[in-house]
Amino acid sequence: MLKTRLIPVLLLKNGILVRSRNFSLHQLTGNHLYQTDRYSQWKADEVIYLDISRDNVYDLSKGESTISSTSSNMDEANELNKYRLEKDFKTNMIDIIKTISKTCRVPLSVGGKIRTIEDIRKRLKAGADKVVINTKAIENPEFIEEASRVFGSQCIVVCIDVIKTNINPKMDWKVVKSFGKVKTELNLKEWILKVQKLGAGELLLQSVDRDGMGKGYDLDLIKMASKISKTPLIILGGVGSFQDFVDGYNINKNITLAAANIFHFTEQSVLNAKKFMLENNINVRV
Amino acid sequence: MKKICIIDYGIGNIASIHNGALSSGYDVIVSSDPEKIAMSTHLILPGVGSFEKGMDGLVSRDLVEILNDQVIAKKKPILGICLGMQLFASYGLEKGHHKGLNWIKGKVEKIKVDSNNIKVPHMGWNEVKIKNKSKLLSDIEMPAVFYFVHSYQLIPDNKSVITGICEYGENVISCIEYNNIYATQFHPEKSHTPGLKLLNNFFSNT
Repeated sequence: MLKTRLIPVLLLKNGILVRSRNFSLHQLTGNHLYQTDRYSQWKADEVIYLDISRDNVYDLSKGESTISSTSSNMDEANELNKYRLEKDFKTNMIDIIKTISKTCRVPLSVGGKIRTIEDIRKRLKAGADKVVINTKAIENPEFIEEASRVFGSQCIVVCIDVIKTNINPKMDWKVVKSFGKVKTELNLKEWILKVQKLGAGELLLQSVDRDGMGKGYDLDLIKMASKISKTPLIILGGVGSFQDFVDGYNINKNITLAAANIFHFTEQSVLNAKKFMLENNINVRV
Repeated sequence: MKKICIIDYGIGNIASIHNGALSSGYDVIVSSDPEKIAMSTHLILPGVGSFEKGMDGLVSRDLVEILNDQVIAKKKPILGICLGMQLFASYGLEKGHHKGLNWIKGKVEKIKVDSNNIKVPHMGWNEVKIKNKSKLLSDIEMPAVFYFVHSYQLIPDNKSVITGICEYGENVISCIEYNNIYATQFHPEKSHTPGLKLLNNFFSNT
């Protein structure tokens, strides 16, 4: 039978790897060029890259000042300077994909700033296996249909960012766009069914209010979404310990588990998470 | 000197298989040029997408004749991956009835959905077991886990050509080997260590 998938998510801001909390507060965590290779060695089942740059400028000096100002310690800032000096440091997203895909031997998904069919084509040609679409899908749902017709639904992942509302927190979520800043009028359940009908091959469901908090997945969200989803469902947002993966899995055994921050700071992180999952009787690839 | 040609027929993403094959250290090109195809020692037919689009891609680039000559007449080793494997069949039943290359007698049909736990597409990592003596799977630690993403599969008339299977509700036919014709339903180029070993087996054992 299929193994339960565990996917590290990497966030890139102006070409630099960052971490996120509630979709803000970005700090440098390392060099993406090496990170994918390491995740792949550590048995990550896939790797997802999300470009969260707020503008189209991949200017390194600008990125550096943004990042350094929020950097928690001098070592990180120094490390950035070290990367800058390396010849292969890439700041353009297409160049980044080209470089990463040379060593990434597991499926590679890339998201952020995808607005046209041509944007998808460029990313696939550079070596991505799947693309992640978010804001554009909300603005023009037919884009999902067109993209899956041209490239096949197997490579179209639709990302849905949600915030739990205060009205009925167990039952209600707001779909948001543009890095979680803009609330939409979409009903989450209807939106899930609609994007699947339009041809999304997979869903990446991200909880904005759990992002970076380390308090575990939004289990109510998993329960609701996994019940209605007909395509593979990837859950992201909130993991603070390996037990959180087990708790998410126990809600629905068919979901795919994703996380970002927890994988960043320790050696062998993905492999250790998988060993923990295996001890808890989850069928993972180790 | 081994020269590998990945057939470019306008379908799917070939950067991944190109990168995967390059890591083997062999001379690898991507082409639809008959001369370059003829000059190579090993062929790879990659591909994702529908059966009909795949055959259209081969026909519209006049590749069927040169491939028949290379694979059937000249017995050049070829590896079909995913849709590439399926196109080796006599016919496919995805969105109608479509003729295939007819190198492996048999049909391509949808994976059977007989229980609630079985979703199509079959997407993710699954364990492949050796069914018959295999050059592709030799010296790979078993059961090996490979990455799949597909909704249809090739069912050969002659079951002895099946060398690898995996379990997904029913048995999913994962590897086929018949004379100089090799095929995997999974993506070796995306299956990390065992996948790269399999590509290497194809380049060095055939």
